[in-house]
Amino acid sequence: MAHASAHAPAAAHGHAEGQQHPIKLYLVVWGWLFVLSTFSYLVDYFHLQGYLRWTLILVFMMLKAGLIVAFFMHMKWERLTLIYAMLLPPLAVLVFVAIMAWESDYTLLSRVTSMGTPM
Amino acid sequence: MAESAVVHTGGDSARSPRWREFIGDWSSDQRAFKGVSWGKAMMWIFLLSDTFIFSCFLLSYMTVRSSTTVPWPNASEVFALHIGGQDVPLILIAIMTFVLISSSGTMAMAVNFAYRRDRRKTAILMLLTALFGAMFVGMQAFEWTKLIMEGVRPWENPWGAPQFGSTFFMITGFHGTHVTIGVIFLIIIARKVWRGDYDTERRGFFTSGRGRYELVEITGLYWHFVDLVWVFIFAFFYLW
Repeated sequence: MAHASAHAPAAAHGHAEGQQHPIKLYLVVWGWLFVLSTFSYLVDYFHLQGYLRWTLILVFMMLKAGLIVAFFMHMKWERLTLIYAMLLPPLAVLVFVAIMAWESDYTLLSRVTSMGTPM
Repeated sequence: MAESAVVHTGGDSARSPRWREFIGDWSSDQRAFKGVSWGKAMMWIFLLSDTFIFSCFLLSYMTVRSSTTVPWPNASEVFALHIGGQDVPLILIAIMTFVLISSSGTMAMAVNFAYRRDRRKTAILMLLTALFGAMFVGMQAFEWTKLIMEGVRPWENPWGAPQFGSTFFMITGFHGTHVTIGVIFLIIIARKVWRGDYDTERRGFFTSGRGRYELVEITGLYWHFVDLVWVFIFAFFYLW
């Protein structure tokens, strides 16, 4: 909180504006992003395979994305209106993922059965 | 930490429950995003549309990868570098990830100092961000060169499914373009900060609106988004 008091005279000039948070908050988030990225890298480095690999990749990915959006992009302090307007539409992508997963499954099946290519 | 932060909600219904505010905002006349400036709302909407673009790229990558009968090249080996007599898997991509995260960190702090009207620190941090971004693009150019020399083309590669090349060049190329545009904008805005345009409210060349420090935050939103997209590319293309 030393920062806030040190910069009090500067803030006194005008009214308090925009996003002002302690610098420490950003450094902590930065640190966590480094740690999570290292973990992601180690998943590959130690050759983890199968569901364990995919689960860990997705968990670290979502945690990193969450930290960036919530703190760096200040979504945490925005109004609920903006938060929902930005976070809900991308969920439609998940429907698209399901459709294309099904579609590619069918394509693969046709290729294997009709084109005589090995699995 | 969160409690001590200044909560900036703006508007007159700040004390009512958030869901009431939410319904009120959406059912209100003329504008839904209360307390959010025009520029910031538009940047968010642009980023949302960009999300769909990158989503479609990653989706097409998922589709071709899961429908091909030819084995997919092992990214861990393809992107390995020969350092100190042994192959270190994926090391360049890991370094690129750390560089981009660092640039996001410096950008977040630049936004902070901008609102404190500390011109010097803001400009230096923005230029540092641009430098990290340029480093990222440089490493990407190195990676592209290496792969092209090894025979990777959009239609073929020495290791397996030909779609590897097309999705690789499209996804990383589009992301690299975003980073490059970000670097250019960072330098432009940093120059304006340095010159004091936002203290004197000097009008900009593009919209001729009055210059204000919020533009640093809006540029920051774009930059963090570029970092955000990389998180997904790193997970799905390089690690999967």
